[in-house]
Amino acid sequence: MLAQLRRSPLGVVGAFMLGLALIAATFAPWLAPYDPEQTIHVTIEDIYARPSAEHILGTDDGGNDVLSAFIFGSRVSLLVGFSASLISMFIGGAVGLVAGFYGGRIGNALMRLTDIFLVIPDLPLMIVIVAMVGPSLWNIILVIGILGWTGTARMVRAQALSLKERQFVLRARALGAGNFHILRRHIFPLVLPLMVANTVLVISLSILSESTLSFLGLGDPTTLSWGGMLNFAFTRGAISARAWWALVAPGLGIVWVVLACTLVGNTLEEAFNPRLQSHHLQGEDKMIASPSHIQAEG
Amino acid sequence: MERRDYLIKKTAWSLLTIAFVLVLNFFLFRILPGDPTTSIAKDPRLTAETRRALQERFGLDKPLLLNLEGGSLFESQFFAYVMRLAQADLGISFNFNRPVADLLGERLLNTVLLVMGGQLLSIVLGVGLGLISAWKSRTAFDVGAITFSLAAWSLPTFWLGIILLILGSSYLGLPTAGRETVGMDYAGWWDQWRDIGRHLLLPTITFTIVLLGEYMLIMRSSVLEILSEDYILTAKAKGLSHLQVLWGHALRNALLPVVTLIALNLGFTVSGAIQVETVFSWPGLGSMIFDAVRRQDYPVLQGAFLLIAVSVVLANLVADLIYSVLDPRVKSA
Repeated sequence: MLAQLRRSPLGVVGAFMLGLALIAATFAPWLAPYDPEQTIHVTIEDIYARPSAEHILGTDDGGNDVLSAFIFGSRVSLLVGFSASLISMFIGGAVGLVAGFYGGRIGNALMRLTDIFLVIPDLPLMIVIVAMVGPSLWNIILVIGILGWTGTARMVRAQALSLKERQFVLRARALGAGNFHILRRHIFPLVLPLMVANTVLVISLSILSESTLSFLGLGDPTTLSWGGMLNFAFTRGAISARAWWALVAPGLGIVWVVLACTLVGNTLEEAFNPRLQSHHLQGEDKMIASPSHIQAEG
Repeated sequence: MERRDYLIKKTAWSLLTIAFVLVLNFFLFRILPGDPTTSIAKDPRLTAETRRALQERFGLDKPLLLNLEGGSLFESQFFAYVMRLAQADLGISFNFNRPVADLLGERLLNTVLLVMGGQLLSIVLGVGLGLISAWKSRTAFDVGAITFSLAAWSLPTFWLGIILLILGSSYLGLPTAGRETVGMDYAGWWDQWRDIGRHLLLPTITFTIVLLGEYMLIMRSSVLEILSEDYILTAKAKGLSHLQVLWGHALRNALLPVVTLIALNLGFTVSGAIQVETVFSWPGLGSMIFDAVRRQDYPVLQGAFLLIAVSVVLANLVADLIYSVLDPRVKSA
């Protein structure tokens, strides 16, 4: 796994980017120049103040330091991303394993349910649910997690389907191993790596969902995420004030972590499930060796 | 015979999905504690009797799903809701005090206008880029195209929209909001559509960039797979040039997975439309949802969700049917 990561430069870049984001989130109170919780005295000059020595990334609509809010915002994005993806991984893994390994009527019904959830557009459904149950951090995590498992389920099911017909499983069965034993000892360990790779990709989707919900005004009102920062900036006149500093950093933060997870996830997937690397149209246009070639070789 | 079975099966599943959406939509808007009269009940002038009358007026005294207490089985809130839907009655907007169905109808065309341009552009560009990228795989062009696609995929749609809005309005003088310039007198329909086109430009570019990445990546891996088939080697051995092989042998087969993706992607497209419309104040369904959330206009939210979900399900069905025409093999699958 690590060897493969090293061979793929994009994967290394992704891992490095993700590492930096995790460090920023973990050590936020030490890295941020100001405490976002602190009440400050705001004058009219402090609102959307340009970047300066005091505020490296300027201030926002409330006169708060953008850089500090940006560093603390990474916590929300990563927390929601990781927790929601864990939920998705559990649901998707369970549904996929049962549907693929046991099959039958229950398996069929589960796949039908997956298809239905796959077709219903995610964001409008998330908006409706969060608008109804209220935008707390845990509600958002639950909604994103509960709606994000369909891809994982289909992938796990396909894997389980092909694994259960393999020689070693048939042999274990012939030796008298029960369903649960085969599932636990032979199928699950082989599906797990792909599930992890898939989950890393789901993290990026979850982070995008969270920031979109927050941008639309459905974020947790008590914790400011990057999407929430953009919501405030957008709805409170940052565009007409040309306060690009309040808009650029949070957006780049989202791109940073989403891209990091996508790169790492793609690299892992490639490592566990290698795809084709070459094809017939590579190299020279004509199949016959040109005279110049023959001469050079002769 | 087999194709007919396939069509019937697909249609049946679409109808089932729509039924599921109806039930979901019905219950989602009833998970709020209490019924709509509870909020009115705080008014001290309201007697218990008036409240009961109100409940009766809106059918809230009826059982929720099925009437098991005697009388007709279908005399319930759920079937009243389904019957109203059948008459295209989606309720009255709290905010506009107008029928939700009318409001949705006005906005739908604008969303279609916005989505169509972006979809078409991103499909053409994505398929083209993916084809070239697979052909030239492992070259600088390929790596560049992959990196661009991954980056485009990672961009939050709304943020890209905001950035393009700032750049486009400050450097190109493009309009920032709405569908037409307010208070403008048009010399004719040509003039009017040119103005609408100017308003559409930035939202369409945003949409195209966000969708482009995924189409390109899927097309690339699809072409890669096709190009390692034996019949490609045969075509090449016949003496066909690369372009002839790509155009005549690879493109059509490689497009199949893209057709599936376009259908599955409609949900993603809808999500993009909501964000793009919000940023550019484009008067479509998406910005309507944004306003409905802010103003807690639940009937509008409910109606918009229903319309979007049902449209996406139906569009998926259409894609399945197109797919069965493009690829005769699905009959047996």
